[in-house]
Amino acid sequence: MAELNITERQAGDITILDMSGKVTIGEGSIALRTTIRRLLGEGKKNILLNLGSVGYVDSSGIGELVSSFTAVNKESGSLKLLNLTQKIQDLLAITKLLTVFDVYDSESEALSSYS
Amino acid sequence: MSKEKSELSLSSRLESVEEAAFEAEKFARQSGFDDDALNAIDMAVRESVANAVKHGNLLDETKRVELTFENTSNGFEITIRDFGKGFAVEDVPDPTNPENLLKANGRGILFMRAFMDEAEWSNHAEGGMLVKMLKRR
Repeated sequence: MAELNITERQAGDITILDMSGKVTIGEGSIALRTTIRRLLGEGKKNILLNLGSVGYVDSSGIGELVSSFTAVNKESGSLKLLNLTQKIQDLLAITKLLTVFDVYDSESEALSSYS
Repeated sequence: MSKEKSELSLSSRLESVEEAAFEAEKFARQSGFDDDALNAIDMAVRESVANAVKHGNLLDETKRVELTFENTSNGFEITIRDFGKGFAVEDVPDPTNPENLLKANGRGILFMRAFMDEAEWSNHAEGGMLVKMLKRR
């Protein structure tokens, strides 16, 4: 089984990525990078990462979230985070990235924030 | 019965990160550490081995990553040695500085410090980098 599974949904012009598994050095980080690059290539620039089922993230995974965020920003898009587990919240607090990312607990609130 | 010390020698590939974390968790569990400590140890070992494999040994599979796990009166002690060129830990930029927040790399050392009670880096007398970490009981 892949380290990270990503399922894609569309809500208007917002692409929701339901992620499950691990975002860690190697395969997991690469899967996220590849998906974000493809979406940007398709002109999909409003992206919501649903991390509710991501059980594990390491420093490479955090780096990949940051790279995704900057890549989307560069294309004048917007990448936001949904359903952070306590573990991921802790990592974003340690790295002071909670101030960088827009984070939501509710999908409807996250979606309306794009308008 | 729990062992007091365990040694591990791994090749410099990314799969070694998982292997090291698995062995560290097994050893720490047998030594009676609780789930919070196990999570912290798992995270710190993954970060340190990833650094050793990628930045120390530069993924050169002829170079080893050597680990020791020790259950002592102080707690769970870990050493990780690579055979790379070494570095000065004080030269590593602080990833929480505003100017570094959006960098993709450089957070591993921060995580090791955050999750362990002690973490120190030194150049090994016979070459390579030596990381020593402690999780108190």
